[in-house]
Amino acid sequence: MERIPILKMNEFLLVSIQVDMHDRLAMTLQDDLTHRIVRDRARGVLIDISSLEIVDSFIGRMIGNIAAMSRVLDAETVVVGMRPAVAITLVELGLSLPGVRTSLSVDKGMELLRASLRGGNGNGHLDARR
Amino acid sequence: MVTRAGSRLTEIVKKHEAAIVAEWIKEQLAAVKAADRISEADLRSDCERFLSLLRMALQSGAGEDIMGPGWSETREMLGGLSRSRAKAGYTPSETAAFMLALKLPVFDRLRGEIGGDAQALADEVWHTTIVLDRLALFTTEVYQTGREEIILRQQQEMLELSTPVVQLWEGILALPLIGTLDSARTQVVMENLLQRIVETGASIAIIDITGVPTVDTLVAQHLLKTVAAARLMGADCLISGIRPQIAQTIVHLGVELNSVVTKATLADAFIIALQKTGAAITRPSKA
Repeated sequence: MERIPILKMNEFLLVSIQVDMHDRLAMTLQDDLTHRIVRDRARGVLIDISSLEIVDSFIGRMIGNIAAMSRVLDAETVVVGMRPAVAITLVELGLSLPGVRTSLSVDKGMELLRASLRGGNGNGHLDARR
Repeated sequence: MVTRAGSRLTEIVKKHEAAIVAEWIKEQLAAVKAADRISEADLRSDCERFLSLLRMALQSGAGEDIMGPGWSETREMLGGLSRSRAKAGYTPSETAAFMLALKLPVFDRLRGEIGGDAQALADEVWHTTIVLDRLALFTTEVYQTGREEIILRQQQEMLELSTPVVQLWEGILALPLIGTLDSARTQVVMENLLQRIVETGASIAIIDITGVPTVDTLVAQHLLKTVAAARLMGADCLISGIRPQIAQTIVHLGVELNSVVTKATLADAFIIALQKTGAAITRPSKA
């Protein structure tokens, strides 16, 4: 069964979604990721969706849910590299993902995570602005 | 009945072609006010070509159904003619006059040939009228479509022209909005902005609404949508250029702009943007 790989980079986890998401895959990812956060005691999660071209309301909600779950587990989540078309679709679907932090590239997302770990105590309620 | 009448028309057109063309041209020059726009030689070649096509179409037994395959070449020729006339600034009636002016010379010849038989003459005239009227309507239609295409293209150009995205600084974009924001424009604005964010890697976008005449709930909703989309891409938005009246309307309408940083002028927003990207402007000391 296909799975989305989760890579560990120091205290962060990197999830790069390279295939088209379908509902089952999203559920598996949610499961895997929460387990990995607990196992690796990760402090931050980067979800790279730069290859994701198609989203529907379900996938949009899953992204929001995954971010919220990571936050509950005390790991900052940043969604990076969303495509313009995907962003427009999500907004039109009424899913503007409040509470999810976003960044343009993995670089910038990493920077954002480091900054927030240095600054706050990692309680995950800092807003998206630097 | 129809085909028999048609064959009679063909015969007459063939027989009197030169005379019909001469009278037809005279009629047209009288109908079009700015006659100097047409060169008579051009007109003559158009007329002759049309008559030969008309003959061909009638001979092929295409009848009165001018949208049928038998008339396709004639339609093509008339289409080209009215499109070029639309571009040259002819009025619709001047364009239709090309066809309608043909009636008088053709009727004259019909009367000359079969004037004795009132029944046959009436049939022929009726048949000819139907064909020529339909062709005239067709030219008007093409003329109109040509005009509409021009309008549509201009609208599209205006839509794109009026939404430039400007890079103010490294990582800072500005989007000066001018004119009203409807759904179609918001879509273009959003796409342009997001595309530029990707291209420049900008982390802050300033939306300046100085040129937006009114902000109602719909416009505000469109603005917030754009802001939300930019945020999903990882760029923050500031809204600047809010005029006093607009501030009043926004509050009266109960529009919530709390989630966005708003500034009165683009300059103020730019300073904030610089601060956020970690840059600052200082004046060099005089010494």
